[in-house]
Amino acid sequence: MSDQAASNGAAILEATNVSKVFGGLVAVNDVSFTVPQKGIVSLIGPNGAGKTTFFNCMTGLYRPTTGRVIFAGRDITAKRPDIVTRAGVARTFQNIKLFRTMTAIENVQVGMHSRLRSRLTGMVLHTPFNRREEKDAHEKSRELLRFVGLKRHNELAMNLPYGDQRRLEIARALASDPQLLLLDEPTAGMNPQESEELRKLMETLRSERGISVLLIEHDMKVVMNVSDRITVLDHGEKIAEGSPQEVRTNPRVVEAYLGSQA
Amino acid sequence: MSTAVASVRTNATNLRRMLPNWAWGLVFLALALLYPYILDVLIAEPDDLLDASISTLGYIIMALGLNIVVGFAGLLDLGYVAFYAIGAFVIGWLGSQQFPDVSNGKGIHILTPTTSAFGSDIPGIHINFFFVIFIAAAFTAIWGVILGAPTLRLRGDYLAIVTLAFGEIVPRIFENATSGIFGIGHTDFSNGRQGITPIDKINFPWSDTPFKYPLELKPVYYVGLAMVLLVIFFNRRLRDSRMGRAWIAVREDEVAAAAMGVNLVRTKLWAYALGAALGGFSGVFLATYTNTVNVDQFEFGFSVFILSMVIIGGMGNIWGVILGAIALSMMNRYGLKQLNGVPEKFGLDFDVTSINFGIFGFFLLAMMVLRPEGFIPSGRRKLELHESEIDESDHIGTESDHQLYEVRSE
Repeated sequence: MSDQAASNGAAILEATNVSKVFGGLVAVNDVSFTVPQKGIVSLIGPNGAGKTTFFNCMTGLYRPTTGRVIFAGRDITAKRPDIVTRAGVARTFQNIKLFRTMTAIENVQVGMHSRLRSRLTGMVLHTPFNRREEKDAHEKSRELLRFVGLKRHNELAMNLPYGDQRRLEIARALASDPQLLLLDEPTAGMNPQESEELRKLMETLRSERGISVLLIEHDMKVVMNVSDRITVLDHGEKIAEGSPQEVRTNPRVVEAYLGSQA
Repeated sequence: MSTAVASVRTNATNLRRMLPNWAWGLVFLALALLYPYILDVLIAEPDDLLDASISTLGYIIMALGLNIVVGFAGLLDLGYVAFYAIGAFVIGWLGSQQFPDVSNGKGIHILTPTTSAFGSDIPGIHINFFFVIFIAAAFTAIWGVILGAPTLRLRGDYLAIVTLAFGEIVPRIFENATSGIFGIGHTDFSNGRQGITPIDKINFPWSDTPFKYPLELKPVYYVGLAMVLLVIFFNRRLRDSRMGRAWIAVREDEVAAAAMGVNLVRTKLWAYALGAALGGFSGVFLATYTNTVNVDQFEFGFSVFILSMVIIGGMGNIWGVILGAIALSMMNRYGLKQLNGVPEKFGLDFDVTSINFGIFGFFLLAMMVLRPEGFIPSGRRKLELHESEIDESDHIGTESDHQLYEVRSE
């Protein structure tokens, strides 16, 4: 564990021996994993490999059965999701979970919730502090929506086209000023051009904002192009880890994806 | 039918567009301010109507309070009457002769008259109404948190059942608090089924003269109206705040809200606390206006009555909820009485007021069929209720669902 962290410089996220058991089903089995500072790391594997479960363990939606998750030197194992978000981990969802009847900009403002400081008296009396904060939040939301390339700021989330909903989820996640962004199949349902835009967006996030990205993705073109490192899960276990080149040629990975006869 | 509805709607929209929103606000404010005098001019005996209107003001506050819990945060609360009861008992304790022995029978008086009209001392605790409303609001807010906390993990039906139980438990506790409360002490807190009466009349902190309702209704109407305006202001500010957004987010999707940094526990407890606070706020007003605090007032039917106002008016929409409260409360307190002679004309022998819940039930049913989103729906709620209709044309959502079903049926 410590060698791994050392070889990658400072790790922003470090998961050690994480397991998640549902009844008799071992969804994630003893997976250790690090995301380096300013790294883009992908998690791949066949359907049902436990990728999303692993994500949920790291963001507090599930309590890992065993193991520890350290984020930026802080133990966030089994902490509540809102505490994890406040600590600096934001995520999107595989099955889009926007606030459907709120507008795009309101969605982003909810994402900012953990960074706003207004108290009840401020909200009711509209103190100067509250006004400034709300105005800044509004400005920042617009800026984020522009950043992800979403034009219809006042459209209800449910009325946005699919690709825009994915973009909005990313903007909403970015609103909490994360150091680490977890994207769960962000290109699902996107056309190749949109996928390419998203790939560029991830690189901009890293270079301009210093945000690390952890990606679950099925689109191998995106994964191979964008990732520094790839971890492969199958049946809840880590079967391979390494650079895109290494993973591509790893026989166990080929077997997991294509079956043993291949 | 639908074209008729549509034309009414466009007419209403056109009418609304004639003036900007703030101007409409002023128009309604002016109407509310002049209302008692308008009644004087229009009706020979306006006191009945004004009396019903004053109770209605209290109900509007209750409905707006419940709207925070149900409409904004989406927590179905069937025990709202508990907070009416707690608020009413607060003035029962702090504004009546319930505790005659305090300070050796001389009583405690804070900005209230110390001697009766006949010159004798008034025993008991008497704190000015304008302080008691805020004391009661704070006290009920605390109880909102205490009663809300155990329900946080519950959703939907289960939440409704537990809150319903709390609504039943609280009045029973008061009813049995004739010798200490929760088994502590021997003080009589409630007079059992007799209830606490009389309750202090409202008086301004700078004056020693209490209001003279029920003989003189206008001053108490204006106090009630001021309270309603304060609550509307409070609700609007909350709705458009960081907290209001968090409430809606929690209502829409708890998991996503939590993952976006919304503390679910705190957000829900604030909704309970603020909703309860308004219940207590209004409870004090209704208690002094009706001059009694009696456990018979705090029945399950009351919770349903307030909830109906919220639903009929338009859950989540402040103006809709106010309209719903006015409609139901005025019908209950005034409208049905006007129909009292009608059954006799058809050779039937019953009182229309005695079947009021039947009438409300029918009304609610009709609303649910014809206009489930309420008189003035909040834009969001309307979308939620008609989402299935929209989804039919939305291929992304339904295609995958169909596939799911096909796979399962094979």
